[in-house]
Amino acid sequence: MAWTRNVLRVDLTNGTCKSEPLNMEWAQQYLGQRGLATKYFVSEVDPKVDPLSPANKMIMTTGPLTGTPVSTGGRYSVVTKGALTGAIACSNSGGYFGAELKFAGWDMIIFEGKSLKPVYLSIVNDQAELKDAAHLWGKSTWHTEETIKKEHQDPLTRVCSIGRAGENGVMYACIINDLHRAAGRSGVGTVMGSKNLKAVAVRGTNGVSTIRDPKAFMAATVAAKKVLADNAVTGQGLPTYGTQVLMNVINEMGALPTRNHRDVQFEEARKISAEAMAEKRPSDGKSHLVTNNACFGCTIACGRISKIDETHFSVVNKPEYWGASGGLEYEAAWALGAANGVGDLEALQYANLLCNEEGFDPISFGATVGAAMELYELGILTKEQIGMEAPFGSAKAVCEMAEMTARGEGFGKELGQGSARLCEKYGRPDLSMTVKKQEFPAYDSRAIQGMGLTYATSNRGACHLRSYTVASEVLGIPFKTDPLVTEGKAGLVKAFQDATSVFDSAGVCVFTTFAWSLADLQPQLDAACEGNWTMEKLAEVGERIYNMERLFNNAAGFTAKDDDLPPRLKTEAAKTGPAKGLVSGIDKMRPEYYQLRGWDEQGVPSKETLGRLGL
Amino acid sequence: MQKSLHIDANKCTGCLQCEMACSYENYGVFITAKSRIKIFDFENEGRKVPYTCTQCAEAWCLMACPVDAIRLDAVTGAKVVNEATCVGCKVCTIACPFGTINYVAATGKVQKCDLCDGDPACATACPTGAITYVDADWTGFDKMRAWAGKTDNATRASA
Amino acid sequence: MKHLIIGAGAAGITAAEQLRKLDPAASITVLDGEGEAAPYARMAIPYLLSNQIVEAGTHLRRDPDHYRTLRIDIEKGRAAAVDPVASLVRLVDGRVLPYDRLLIATGSVPSREKVAGIDLPGVHTCWTLADARAIIASLRPGTRVVQMGAGFVGCIIIQGLMSRGADLTVLIRSGRMVSRMMPPKASDMIAQWCAAKGVHVMGKTQTAKIEQDGNSLKVTLTTGEILPADIYLSVVGVKPGIDFLAGSGIAMQDGIVVDARMRTNLPGIYAAGDVAESCDCVTGKSQINAIQPNAVEQARIAALNMAGGAADFVGSLAINVLDTLGLVSCSFGQWQGVEGGAGVELVDEANYRYLSLQFGDDVLIGATSIGWTDHVGVLRGLIQTSTPLGVWKERLLADPTTFMAAYLATSQKAA
Ligand SMILES: Cc1cc2nc3c(=O)[nH]c(=O)nc-3n(C[C@H](O)[C@H](O)[C@H](O)COP(=O)(O)OP(=O)(O)OC[C@H]3O[C@@H](n4cnc5c(N)ncnc54)[C@H](O)[C@@H]3O)c2cc1C
Ligand code: SF4
Ligand code: SF4
Ligand code: SF4
Repeated sequence: MAWTRNVLRVDLTNGTCKSEPLNMEWAQQYLGQRGLATKYFVSEVDPKVDPLSPANKMIMTTGPLTGTPVSTGGRYSVVTKGALTGAIACSNSGGYFGAELKFAGWDMIIFEGKSLKPVYLSIVNDQAELKDAAHLWGKSTWHTEETIKKEHQDPLTRVCSIGRAGENGVMYACIINDLHRAAGRSGVGTVMGSKNLKAVAVRGTNGVSTIRDPKAFMAATVAAKKVLADNAVTGQGLPTYGTQVLMNVINEMGALPTRNHRDVQFEEARKISAEAMAEKRPSDGKSHLVTNNACFGCTIACGRISKIDETHFSVVNKPEYWGASGGLEYEAAWALGAANGVGDLEALQYANLLCNEEGFDPISFGATVGAAMELYELGILTKEQIGMEAPFGSAKAVCEMAEMTARGEGFGKELGQGSARLCEKYGRPDLSMTVKKQEFPAYDSRAIQGMGLTYATSNRGACHLRSYTVASEVLGIPFKTDPLVTEGKAGLVKAFQDATSVFDSAGVCVFTTFAWSLADLQPQLDAACEGNWTMEKLAEVGERIYNMERLFNNAAGFTAKDDDLPPRLKTEAAKTGPAKGLVSGIDKMRPEYYQLRGWDEQGVPSKETLGRLGL
Repeated sequence: MQKSLHIDANKCTGCLQCEMACSYENYGVFITAKSRIKIFDFENEGRKVPYTCTQCAEAWCLMACPVDAIRLDAVTGAKVVNEATCVGCKVCTIACPFGTINYVAATGKVQKCDLCDGDPACATACPTGAITYVDADWTGFDKMRAWAGKTDNATRASA
Repeated sequence: MKHLIIGAGAAGITAAEQLRKLDPAASITVLDGEGEAAPYARMAIPYLLSNQIVEAGTHLRRDPDHYRTLRIDIEKGRAAAVDPVASLVRLVDGRVLPYDRLLIATGSVPSREKVAGIDLPGVHTCWTLADARAIIASLRPGTRVVQMGAGFVGCIIIQGLMSRGADLTVLIRSGRMVSRMMPPKASDMIAQWCAAKGVHVMGKTQTAKIEQDGNSLKVTLTTGEILPADIYLSVVGVKPGIDFLAGSGIAMQDGIVVDARMRTNLPGIYAAGDVAESCDCVTGKSQINAIQPNAVEQARIAALNMAGGAADFVGSLAINVLDTLGLVSCSFGQWQGVEGGAGVELVDEANYRYLSLQFGDDVLIGATSIGWTDHVGVLRGLIQTSTPLGVWKERLLADPTTFMAAYLATSQKAA
C-alpha cells in the first residue's frame, strides 16, 4: 500500500489542522491523486458552490507512486472547483513539493473555509500548523519561497505558493512550487488566494516505506525506466529539446493557432522554437537555454532552464531576472508568442518569468492577450483603454500586459479576467478561444481534429492534457491516426481520457505516456499498492473517474452546449497548411463520443453506465 | 584496480533518483533526507551538484574516530562506519573537511557513503550518467584530492 | 631502533601504529600508566556513563590481538622521570627503560579545586575509566549530584548522569556553560536547554567547602547557600600531565613546547597530543588544543619524524562537537572572531538553533553552531584551508545557513 493513509484536514476558518485516516475503500475505487481527491471533493462540496466562496474546498493531493523511484513519481495535484471555469478543476504539478508532502506522511490536504488573515501552512512530518503570512502577502512566489526557507533555516523545505496574481483575483492564477513548477490551470491559485492561504511549506523526513512488494516494485520501475530511455520522444526528444520540440512540427502541420486562431501557421515560429533556444544569440554569444532539468524522480528531464538576454529591453535594468530560471515550455511559448503573433523569444521568456514569479497561467494569459489584440485591431478596444498600442506582433505589449496583470493595475485587471469574460464584456464572446471559459492550448482543432473533441469534452475546460491525442495524430503513439479526419476520434479521445485519468491518479507525469501505455504503468502500481491492480481494474477506474467529474459538472449546471468550440473553429476554415479549407468536425464527433461513453444526447451518463461503474 | 565514484555535475538533472536509491539501499525506505549522496541546487546558475564522500586518502574521519568504528574496506577502498561500534561522538563529522560524514539523530550514529560494497546504488540509478563507478585513475577527483592536500601539508611533505 | 612512547592514549597508540608502518624492524614500546585491560579512549567515557556501551566499547582498537600482531609492546607502568642524558625513562616502580627516540604523550590531568573537603570519599572527577567506574558504582536514580564546572567535559557527561536518574545540580563559576567554546548567546541557549531538561543550573557561584554529613555530603557555596549531595563531581578543566618532567631540561610553558615536527628542545625527544603546545593554524600562536583529532594528527606527524622522515604539522585547529542532552553544538577555529573582522550571528532560541560565522579579510576563521549536524565538516575545511570566499562572503553574511553552498561553490568547482 503505497498510500500513507493519512489525510490532513485544514479548517482555515477556525485555524485548525486535523489528521484523519484515508478512506481506503475509495482508494480502491479511485486510486489516488486526481481520482481520489475528486471523490473526496464531490462528496463534500455542493456542485453549485461559488468557487471563490469559503464553502468551496481545495485539495492538494499526491498519488500512490508519488515519492517513489517510479520515473516522474513526484507529482501532486490541486483539486477544487475552478475559479476560471466553474467546473471541476484538477491541476497537476511536478518539481519536488509533491514528493516532500508524501515523505512527510500525507496523501492529501483538504483545505476548508477561509482564513480571516493571510496564513501559510507549515508541515514538518506529522506536525502541521497555520502560521501568519502577513509579511508574505503582496509578495511574489519567489520571494515567498525564499523567505520561508530562510525562516525555517532549511533550504530543503519545499514550498508552493501563490503570487500577487492569486491574491488579486486573476482568474487563471496558479500555484507555483519550486520556483517554476505550476499547478497551472483553471484558476486553482485564485481559489487559494480567496482563502487567504498564501503558501504551503513542507519538510518530510519519514519517507515512503509502505510498498506492497518492494522487490517486484524495484524490478518494475527499472523495466519501465528502460522503456522511457529507449523511446525516441522520452529518451531523446524531450530531454534535448523539451516540449518545445513541437513548435516547428506543429507549425508545419498547420496546427499552430496564430493571432487568436485567425491563422494556423506562424511565420516566425522558428524564432521561438527549441532550435532557437539552443542557438547562440548575437547579443552576448550565449544560448538562451542553459540546461535541462528534471522534476523529482523524473528520468525524462524535459524541463528547460534558461537565461534571458540581459540586454533585452524587458530586463535591461532588472538584474533580478538575469539568473538561470525556468524556461519556455511549448504551451507557454505558443500562448505568449504565436497566439499573439510575437516572435521575440526573449520577450516571451520575460513574460514567462513574470507568470512564474507572480503565479499566473501563461496559456490563459497569452491567449487572453491574443483576444485583446484582436479586439484592439477591430477597434473595439482603444489605445486609451488598454494603456498602450496593442497590435498583433507587439512584443512590448505582451511584456507590459504581463506586468500590469501581475500587479493588477489598469487594463491588467481586465486581462486577469480571462478571454471569455473579456470578450463577453466587449460584446464579442465569439472571439474568445475557450471552452468552459478556459483558453485553448497550442493545437488547432481544425488541423488536429481529435484535439477539438478533447477540448470540447475536457472536464476542466479546454485542455490538451486530458487526452493528448496529438500523440497519436502527430507522433503515431501508440498508433498513427490521420489528424485531418474525424473518424475514429471519439473512441481515441475516450480511450485517452480514461487512461490519462489513471496516470493523473497514480502520481506520475502524463508525459510518460509518450512511451508508456497502461500496460507499463500497471506492474508498477500493482507491486506498490494492495488490491490486485489489474489492467481491467485500471481501465474501469479511469472511466469511473471521468464520469464522476462529468457528474459534478452536470450538477454544477454544465450541459451539452458547453461541450462545444467557438464558432471561429467551426466556420472559418484553416487558411494555410495541410488543413487548408478545413473546419473542426466537432459536431460530428460529439454525438459519437456521447454514445461511446454511454451518455445521452444531453451528455448525461445513463443509469446503466453509472451502474456499471458503481457511481 | 579499485574503483571510485565519478561525478559529472554537468549531466545532473536533479531527479534525485540517486538519493532515493541510496536511502532504499541503506534503510529500505525511499527518503531523500537520509541519502548519503546529496544533490545541491544552485538555482541561479541552473546547476545541480551531486556530492558525496570521495573515500579520500587522508581519511580524516577514520583517523579521528576514538573507538575504531570506521574501517578501511580493503576490497573497495571505502571507509566504512561500523554502526555497532560507533558511539555517536560526532568527532568524525567535524574532522572530515568535506562535510560528507554526518550524524543521524534517529540512530545516534553517523553515516557516510560506503560504496555499497562495490555496487553503488546511486550510480546504477542515475539515468544520465552523472554518477558512474569507474577505475579510480580515471576519475576527476584529482582536483578535490589536491584541495584535500591543502589541509594536510604534512602528507605532501612526507610523500 | 628503540622507540619508547609514554602514554597509551589516542596520541600514543596512533604514533606506535604509524611507527610500525614506517619501520617494520623497530622495537616499539608504549608505557601505559593506567593499567586498564587495553588502551582506551577517554572520549568514549560519556557513552559508558549513559550505558550505551560496555567498557570494552571504550577501547581504542577492536581487535584483542591488535598490538601483538603489530609487535607493539604495551608496558604497564608510570613514568617518574626522564633522563635525557642517559636516554632513559625511570618508572615509578623503579624500572628503567632505555630509548633511542622518545615520544611524550601523557595527555592531560584534571585540575584540582582548591577547596576544603576535595579529598572526601564522595568526591570524584571524571577523566579516567577508573573515575567513570566509581561514579557509575554510586549513581542510583535520585542520587543527588553536585557538579562543579560546565566546560566541555562537564557538559558532555550530563547525559550519562541524567540517564541514570541523577538529581543534578551544575555550578558554573563564570555563569556561562562551555565558555571556552561558545559565544555568550550560544552558552545561554545550552544552559536553557539543560534547565528545560531538568538540570538545576546555578550560575556565578562556586564551591567554598565540602563536608561529610552522615552518609552524604554538604556543599557550601561561596554565596552561602548549602546543597546536600551524595556525589560531588569536580570537573573544572584540565592541564597537561607534565609534572614528572620537572628538572628534565625539556622546555615547557603551558605544555611541552614543540616545533612543527613535534620535536622538543632536546634531541630525540618528541611530544604529541594534549600534552604538547604547538602552533595554532588560525591564530599562529603557540597553544594547546586538547582535543582528540589534534592528538591523532600530531602523533602521526611525530611518528613520521621519529622514523626519520620530515613532515610538518600545519598547525592545530580548535574543533569541538558537543552533545549536551541531545543538543548538538560545534565550534571551529576562532569562533570569537577578531577585532575588525566581519561576522554574522543567527539566533533562533525557540528552536534551539544557532549559527555564527566569523571572517578574516576574505576567509572564514571561525564558526559556532547549535542544532546543525549536516555537513558541518566543511566549516573546518573552509577555515583550515583559508579558502578565498569571493562573493560568497557577502552571501554568507546575509544568510549563514548557506555555508554548504558556499563551500561547494568555492572549493568544488571541479564537481
Ligand atoms: C569525558 C571526556 C570526553 C571527551 N570528549 C572529547 C570529544 O568529544 N572530542 C574531543 O576531541 N576530545 C574529547 N576529550 C578529550 C580527549 O579525550 C583528549 O583530547 C585525548 O584523549 C588526548 O589524547 P592524548 O593521547 O593526548 O591523551 P590521553 O588520551 O589522555 O592519553 C594519555 C595517556 O598517557 C597515560 N599517562 C599519563 N601520564 C603518564 C605517566 N606519567 N606514565 C605513563 N603513562 C602516563 C595515561 O594513562 C593515558 O593512557 C574528552 C575527554 C574526556 C575525559
Ligand atoms: S567522510 Fe570525509 S574524511 Fe572520511 S573518507 Fe570521506 S571524504 Fe574522507
Ligand atoms: S561518531 Fe562514531 S564513527 Fe564517528 S568518530 Fe565517533 S564513534 Fe567514530
Ligand atoms: S540520479 Fe543522476 S541525474 Fe538524477 S539527481 Fe542523481 S546524479 Fe543527478
